[in-house]
Amino acid sequence: MKTVSSLLDFHWYQRYQNISKLNIRSSIYDVTNQCNLRCKGCFFFSSGEDKAAREETDPEKWAAFVDSEKQRGVNLAILIGGEPTLCLDRVAAFYSRMPTYCATNGLIKVPRDRFADMMVGISLWGDEDDEKRLRGKDTFRISSKNYEGDPYTYYLYTITPNQVGRTEHIIKKIRDVGLKVHMQLLSNDEGVDGFYWRDGELADLRAEMDEMLDAYPDTVISSKYYHQVITTGKMLDRTFGWAECPSVTEPMDTRNPQPRRLIRFIRRASDLETMHRCCTSATRDCSTCKDGAAHMSWIMVNKRAHMRSTEDLQNWIEVYEMFAKLYQFIPW
Amino acid sequence: MNHEANFEQTVLGVAGIVIEELKLEDVTPETFDPDLDMIDEVGVDSMDLATVALVLQDEYGVRIDEEDYPKLKTIRMIAEYILENSPVKT
Ligand code: SF4
Ligand code: SF4
Repeated sequence: MKTVSSLLDFHWYQRYQNISKLNIRSSIYDVTNQCNLRCKGCFFFSSGEDKAAREETDPEKWAAFVDSEKQRGVNLAILIGGEPTLCLDRVAAFYSRMPTYCATNGLIKVPRDRFADMMVGISLWGDEDDEKRLRGKDTFRISSKNYEGDPYTYYLYTITPNQVGRTEHIIKKIRDVGLKVHMQLLSNDEGVDGFYWRDGELADLRAEMDEMLDAYPDTVISSKYYHQVITTGKMLDRTFGWAECPSVTEPMDTRNPQPRRLIRFIRRASDLETMHRCCTSATRDCSTCKDGAAHMSWIMVNKRAHMRSTEDLQNWIEVYEMFAKLYQFIPW
Repeated sequence: MNHEANFEQTVLGVAGIVIEELKLEDVTPETFDPDLDMIDEVGVDSMDLATVALVLQDEYGVRIDEEDYPKLKTIRMIAEYILENSPVKT
């Protein structure tokens, strides 16, 4: 029988032990249906999820809800929206009770006197032109001023097909304001013209993401194996899609056979009751889904499948470390 | 059955279930080191443990609380837990 220590040298085994017992159980919460932007390609609005449920507005109900989520075993709250910073009391209900990550467009600064070490991920969709075209304004100009040098903030850079060959400019801008960046890919849910992935682009992008990681290791939080899996949709000998996706809301997961999945994972709407199918829009076609978190989790829940060889297990460790760093379960 | 024989039987039974449920290769209940760390060496995660716990519950009638998973590091520890919490004392 292959054991972990038979596959790893001392250094890698120590890295494995640093993460092997983290046992992170995340769920995703829509904090509000409102946003101060309306981006083309935002799955939340394009799929009508903003109208799926009426927002709960009573702070006490939010507090009680988070307590019950804790009871359910959730130990990482991932807050999305709409724009969570429009409802900071709801964000506080999570932050005061469990490790919390807040996804934001960065236009409003999370007050650090209230949320000292809450992880913040700022969405960014490209350079000035792409941002203006897809989001109506150059959000980086504002978000980078709000968060410059913040030790608990990184950019979540959604790379569009337009960006292939042009990512370095963005990575440098982020480095220059003293922040980190994690990269993911646009799924183009709204079919915006010119933003479809064409043949060969994803292979070029993979090479470019690898180059950025090599060139800016202190800025980019990523791993080459993650680049491989997200650009090819393949892991080991398997293909990503509905049958394999780990990020399906557990009570709605009727798949048979059940794939390996995130235990206890639910994506909940802001009425605190309605559940969404998965971490992204239920209208998205799973066969073309490029969701970064789902791909990352896909790798993470398949640890023993990566015990085929030393290289596979090292790849798995790097992806798990990347995830743990993104939520600062381990330091950057 | 005396306590020692019962314990050995339980260790073999648990090892068999772990091998079967996790589809472990190149190992039998007899060759499975009962002191091997399940997470640090076998590479199990909480989903694996939940799967194994369900089968153990069917087999031995012992419900393993999730909070107890961290205590159950090895096959030997699982066997001890089962015998301590078993409704049928032999
Ligand atoms: S900022 Fe985020 S939530 Fe708001 S419209 Fe854009 S993608 Fe959607
Ligand atoms: S759309 Fe993506 S994240 Fe959602 S179930 Fe399909 S593959 Fe998974």
